[in-house]
Amino acid sequence: MSYFGDIYKGIKTLLAGMSVTGKVFLNNKNNTITQQYPDNRETLKMFDRFRGEVVMPHDENNEHSCTGCQKCEIACPNGSIEIIWDRQVDPETGKKKKMIDQHIYHLGMCTMCGLCIEACPTDAILWAQNYENSVYDRSALTKVLNQPGSKIMPGVED
Amino acid sequence: MNITLSITTTIYKFLSEYMSEGAANIGAMVTIALIYLAIFAVAGLYLVLLERKVAAWFQLRIGPNRVGPWGLLQTMADALKLVSKELTGTVKADKFLYNLAPYFVIISSLMALAVFPFTQEFQAFDINIGIFFLIAISSIGVIGILLGGWASNNKFALIGAMRSGVQTISYELSVGLSLVTMVLLTGTLQLSEIIEVQKNGWLIIQGHFPAIIAFMIYMIAGTAETNRAPFDMVEAESELGAGFHTEYSGMKFAYFFLAEFINMFIIAAIAATIFFGGWLSPFGITESIPWLGIFWFLGKTFVLVFLMMWFRWTFPRLRVDQLLTLEWKYLLPLNLLNIVLMALIVWLGLTIQL
Ligand code: SF4
Ligand code: SF4
Repeated sequence: MSYFGDIYKGIKTLLAGMSVTGKVFLNNKNNTITQQYPDNRETLKMFDRFRGEVVMPHDENNEHSCTGCQKCEIACPNGSIEIIWDRQVDPETGKKKKMIDQHIYHLGMCTMCGLCIEACPTDAILWAQNYENSVYDRSALTKVLNQPGSKIMPGVED
Repeated sequence: MNITLSITTTIYKFLSEYMSEGAANIGAMVTIALIYLAIFAVAGLYLVLLERKVAAWFQLRIGPNRVGPWGLLQTMADALKLVSKELTGTVKADKFLYNLAPYFVIISSLMALAVFPFTQEFQAFDINIGIFFLIAISSIGVIGILLGGWASNNKFALIGAMRSGVQTISYELSVGLSLVTMVLLTGTLQLSEIIEVQKNGWLIIQGHFPAIIAFMIYMIAGTAETNRAPFDMVEAESELGAGFHTEYSGMKFAYFFLAEFINMFIIAAIAATIFFGGWLSPFGITESIPWLGIFWFLGKTFVLVFLMMWFRWTFPRLRVDQLLTLEWKYLLPLNLLNIVLMALIVWLGLTIQL
């Protein structure tokens, strides 16, 4: 009879649900996801997927992998990225080529959509996991991502 | 040390040395009422805290932990805040009923506390229709909810109140019938005697199969009676704002809130008394120390309170039609069958006596 079958199924599924939450309850001490910020400011580490701000990693020789292709600038829906570039003579080959002067990133206008990072063909820009971005003056939110004196890593353009 | 635990007579005797008999009687009642009020106002606050902590643990959070050690003073602080808040109201509200409603709710839930035997003889009011009184009183609270919803002159509040009416009227039947099932076993409605009967084994063991069914139905219906999730359509936040108490603020809101938690305690306490032997210790291990009964009683009650919190943080909210289907098509017929089964078992003497 489906009437009693329904009751049986009902009780079974309710108990299944309760066992799931019950297990979570018992294991809660080890898995608590609450972060007691700012008490744990020193030890708090953001997870990989967190989008803090766009950064350009440099290696130990102060080299980055941005070719100045401007794809990120075009991809950005908010115009948060501005690339100032010029043509310079490459010291190795003696040919003129496009190089970035400044990769300007306006954190204040960024919506953390990630399109610039997806667009970059050389993975020159990445997400950082920092989160304390408040400043007293918004001009501090305009950042130059490439460090002064940095140049492109050899071999990136090949 | 010779403290008798029957508080009513103790206070009455103490007072009657100073005043006439009638005055002493009234004095004793007032004293006990004040003691109960004070204890349960604080206990209610701590139930709220417990709920928040348990909710946090179910959701992998930490819960209140800032006010006092482990957040123990959190709800005290909340209550202070609520006391100091302005009492707002709507212009077109029916002022008299609007102000009356919270008192209806809180008084009816506090009244029910009077008849519980916390331990042997520690009972404010031992009447011979104990269970009947409890069922009757606990359904008066819904009048307060209906009044509140109606008098606020707010559509959401009215819908919430009407849902509460539907819900309480339906589930009242199941609560009553499942308790009647157990009364078949005890043969008495007086709570102290019901516990006396359970000295041969808790009723859930004595009545075995039908008692377990009755307990399950009672817990479901009891959760619905207190308007708690998954039966909290009365205050379904996503649909109705805060339901019937949308227009209440400050202490009047706190009364509704406190009443909900005291009602939860009452439902659990009834279950502990009727099904799990109230203050009786398992296998009579602490029978020689009568005041330990309080701990057994509260322990059993809190396990059941926890069960209700577990329900709340596990199950999604029902729709109104599902709610009524559950009651009228499933719980009620099962309950009636269960009564017949229990009657047969009592008649044939198939109960388990330890
Ligand atoms: S994350 Fe989005 S908004 Fe921010 S700079 Fe990149 S493309 Fe622009
Ligand atoms: S960051 Fe990437 S996309 Fe943007 S200019 Fe440099 S290489 Fe091109």
